[in-house]
Amino acid sequence: MLDASNHHFDRLPAAPGVGYKPQHFSDLLENAGSVEWLEIHAENYMGDGGRPLAQLRHLSERFAISVHGVGLSIGGEGRLDPDHLARLKHLVGWTKPASFSEHLAWSTHDSAFLNDLLPLPYTDETLTRVAEHIDEVQEVVGRQMLLENPSSYLAFDESTYEETDFLREVAKRTGCGLLLDVNNVFVSATNLETDPVSYIDAFPLDLVGEIHLAGHDEDHDDHGKPLLIDSHGREVAEPVWTLYEHVIAKGGARPSLIEWDNDVPDWPTLEAEAARAAKILETVV
Amino acid sequence: MIVDQGTFRRAVLSPEVDRPEGLSNGHGQPAGRRFDVYRNNVAVSLTEALETAFPVIRKLVGEANFKLLAGAFLRQHPPSSPLMMYYGTEMPAFLEGFGPTSNLGYLPDVARLELALRESYHAADAAPIDPARLQALPPDQLMASTVSLAPSLRLIRSRWPIFAIWAFNMNNGPKPQAGAEDVVILRAEMDPEPILLPPGGGAFLAALLDGATLGTAFETGMGEAEAFDLSQILAILIGANAIADLGETL
Repeated sequence: MLDASNHHFDRLPAAPGVGYKPQHFSDLLENAGSVEWLEIHAENYMGDGGRPLAQLRHLSERFAISVHGVGLSIGGEGRLDPDHLARLKHLVGWTKPASFSEHLAWSTHDSAFLNDLLPLPYTDETLTRVAEHIDEVQEVVGRQMLLENPSSYLAFDESTYEETDFLREVAKRTGCGLLLDVNNVFVSATNLETDPVSYIDAFPLDLVGEIHLAGHDEDHDDHGKPLLIDSHGREVAEPVWTLYEHVIAKGGARPSLIEWDNDVPDWPTLEAEAARAAKILETVV
Repeated sequence: MIVDQGTFRRAVLSPEVDRPEGLSNGHGQPAGRRFDVYRNNVAVSLTEALETAFPVIRKLVGEANFKLLAGAFLRQHPPSSPLMMYYGTEMPAFLEGFGPTSNLGYLPDVARLELALRESYHAADAAPIDPARLQALPPDQLMASTVSLAPSLRLIRSRWPIFAIWAFNMNNGPKPQAGAEDVVILRAEMDPEPILLPPGGGAFLAALLDGATLGTAFETGMGEAEAFDLSQILAILIGANAIADLGETL
């Protein structure tokens, strides 16, 4: 029996994890299968008590935990919300996660939180602002964060940086790591008609502390061209697995998360996705 | 063309506002309905958050009407923080001024009950008092004590039968009859439960929450209903781990 009090998960294993859903609580404790770590959305654990915090306390004794914020609005024009930063500091303080990450996106403007990851242009101005925000986050929370590449449905005329250059430069200025969402790469490349393999080849894989895999939906734009939606509501698509194999072959094994947030499946279905990632990870060990 | 986030935000929240210029498909063509992915994500995710928060309101007005109501609400009251578990606190006041449902006068209080259930679910944990401590106290000392109630306790007093409406819609309870109802939400462990208070119970608990001594709260309860039964309500509170501590006043 694992003695939690003596066990410290100071980093994520280069193995599969899943986004934690409360309906899988007992499955995880009884039969985690190939799942070795869990990711939680920080904002869901910012209440004062009750079941969510009790479950997280329990799970963090068994699994390495990744705290993944979805509400900090790092790409926002305004200053970061000091109350929210303080809540993050508190959560990271007591959960002592193996990893802490957020998004290259914005969600709050004029104190309205829009509950979506909204896009920003890649310019000198936004680069400076994002780097300042990340400096502040790492300063307040007291640890390195990973920054995740977004899924894009459109492009800004004003952008002057490629996304990979922008991320590399942010990491260089702030010392943050990167979270590579392979589904987002595929979704963006399809939507903006670019080459996903070239994106991966331009990505600073040595800075990647974690990988995300998720399912997407298919739609079309005004001109009948494919428009993929980052929906997290189904299995990881075949071309995304292929791209993931390329990432792992090139960059080595990394902690790899299956994200399935909508129409959450039963445990065996989710675990099977993690097992597939495990197989791919094993090819490079 | 620079797209500022204020412009982006206005267009995301309001379908009648033109999509911002300066956005493309990456190859020179205007972004067009690609922008609507964000509109849809925002509207759908906020509507779903409200559906989760207000299942009884949704049943009472019907699914299609609830979507309309949620659409109006989320434009007027987008979340003010990333803690979606608390989204919708303005709903009771919003419903009070919402024309299409003004014939359903009880909706705002039902919304208050649903908000209180969710607050209770996320409220801080508190160890309950040892009942032996209560029993050991001489009655006059007990009546001179204030009571610190569990942080998860919520009291909702209404001129409508809100408990019956809640139970009818969530637990197949009997058809609601007209009449005022006071409800206390208690969380014995992890699951908040609404409990219909006996006569005088609402006044009694309101006094305790105001910091009155047990004796004063008892008189307040008796003032509202002669049949007020102190031992009954104390048994309800103790049974649900709702008394955290006593503060003795001298």
